[in-house]
Amino acid sequence: MTMTATAPVTDERVGKKSTLSKILGRPEIGALVGAVALFIFFAAVAPVFLQPASIATVLYGASTIGIMAVGVSLLMIGGEFDLSTGVAVISSALMASLFSWYFSMNVWVGVALALVMSLGVGFINGWILIKTQLPSFIVTLATFLMLTGLNLGLTRAIGGSVSTPSISNMDGFDSAKAIFASSVNIAGVEVKITVFIWIAMVAVASWILLRTRVGNWIFASGGDSNAARAVGVPVVKTKIGLFMAVGFCAWVLGMHNLFAFATVQSGEGIGNEFLYIIAAVIGGCLLTGGYGSAIGGAIGAFIFGMANKGIVYAEWNPDWFKFFLGLMLLLATIVNLVVKRRAEQK
Amino acid sequence: MTTMDNKKITQDTLLQGETDPLTSTPVHLLNLDKVGKHYGNIIALRDVTMAVDAGRVTCVLGDNGAGKSTLIKIIAGLHQHDEGTFTILGEDRKLSSPREALDSGIAAVYQDLAVVSLMPIWRNFFLGSELTTGVGPFKRLDVERMKQITKKELQDMGIDLRDVEQPIGQLSGGERQCVAIARAVHFGAKVLILDEPTAALGVKQSGVVLRYILQARDRGLGVIFITHNPHHAYPVGDRFLLLKRGKSIGYYNKKDITLEELTAQMAGGAELAELAHELEALGGHKDVVAEVEAEVEATESRRA
Repeated sequence: MTMTATAPVTDERVGKKSTLSKILGRPEIGALVGAVALFIFFAAVAPVFLQPASIATVLYGASTIGIMAVGVSLLMIGGEFDLSTGVAVISSALMASLFSWYFSMNVWVGVALALVMSLGVGFINGWILIKTQLPSFIVTLATFLMLTGLNLGLTRAIGGSVSTPSISNMDGFDSAKAIFASSVNIAGVEVKITVFIWIAMVAVASWILLRTRVGNWIFASGGDSNAARAVGVPVVKTKIGLFMAVGFCAWVLGMHNLFAFATVQSGEGIGNEFLYIIAAVIGGCLLTGGYGSAIGGAIGAFIFGMANKGIVYAEWNPDWFKFFLGLMLLLATIVNLVVKRRAEQK
Repeated sequence: MTTMDNKKITQDTLLQGETDPLTSTPVHLLNLDKVGKHYGNIIALRDVTMAVDAGRVTCVLGDNGAGKSTLIKIIAGLHQHDEGTFTILGEDRKLSSPREALDSGIAAVYQDLAVVSLMPIWRNFFLGSELTTGVGPFKRLDVERMKQITKKELQDMGIDLRDVEQPIGQLSGGERQCVAIARAVHFGAKVLILDEPTAALGVKQSGVVLRYILQARDRGLGVIFITHNPHHAYPVGDRFLLLKRGKSIGYYNKKDITLEELTAQMAGGAELAELAHELEALGGHKDVVAEVEAEVEATESRRA
């Protein structure tokens, strides 16, 4: 046989897929449309919203949700979700704070221990899930309750109060604060460091998801874990790893909370887990797994940040915030659904 | 096939001079001899003897509950047999996991387990065996090469492909089976187990899958084709193993059996007669009963 250079054969059934419909097929497109619409809306009703300082504030608000949403998005794509994230953030901060304070150690020791504990909580969540085959709703609900109790009980037992003693004058506090809770001056605007941490984490997560074997395994574990297992994907390791990634995110945010305020309220964090899940869902992650993106979760968090601060800038009563959040969740998911169906038909 | 490429395992090497793979004792690609399996006190399979050779299709036929799935689970490494011997290339084996089966060149394509429908075709093709490039933290998927190979492998199977980026769920059932087959072939399978690949498909799609079975055979694979449809099995099969209630009720070379005989064996004349009586007792339509009775007569006359 001789090889002749022939023009690539194109299938007549491949209708030209327009660039537009390709873009519309992306998981995060619904959220992006929503984010732009919301931005224009608040820019119109509250001119102060457009000032650089306001945008920095919005980004900060978004980053505190977004850092967790990175892990939660990946986990959701992997087919599971985690209700313990909100309190896990506080647990991590409490661990670092109380340990350093009680043993009068350099705070970095506490920070390292908190990381170990956060990864451990993630591991236990994943391990119980795999061993018992229970839905992640039940397993992480149990973890949520247990952590809530531990946060309150241990804080009172060790520190004698509902909040931890301040660690602001302990060794290593300043260097830790510089890493987790400082601000960067960009053209005269103070931008919180969490914004950069957030962006970096989204970039790394996107890279992992789309360009590594592990990313492939995450999609497969969430999309169809039986099929994935049958072709040799280590589904168990992937899922446990995802829960540990969520634990890592909780640690990052927990450290920010601790070093931003030097003290931690032990009863905080309850309810935040839904914000992270909402951000991921608004961002186009499928609740049933197998579909979504890290960027989507980031856009979801940005929408949250805009709505949260925008209401303040528009001088409305913040009581309305939750209503808007619910409405946005509904709209965004409907838009996602419609866009996805339309893109698939083309 | 006159030309042989490297992938093809020649029948000669395999049979070491033997000419008739059915009657020969020596090295088959796979050989099961009086294999049996029980779960507690339930006998799921007993006395099953069959062989698989390169470039041959062995069909396993049987109704629901005949023991087909138990049989393939033994071959695919999901279960272990309790009786008899199971040899791969003449070597006595007991496979303890699907991974071990894969490493021995046995790949199973399950009807429902083939693919992750939301993922693109190329990601599915390489799932679990992804190609990477770069080192250390920059080790990444070799996306371009994987897409290329996917496209080429599917073209070699004669699959007229649209776009390897589209989610595999958008393909028809037959095409999905074919991607799974092409994947198994690409990753060096020597034995391909196809579990009822045509069960959920329409007439045309079934035809497509049957063609790919022949393609795989011509590429030198040993194929185990599990089905309950003799009309699908007969045109592509070289050997036929019939199972019923966990027992082998026949093992034929193609030249020793006709499609009619195969169908009759599968249907079981006695059961059809029983069905006719039942229908009569139920006061079913006269014409239906007559039809079934005619079928019984035809079956019996064929047997006689």
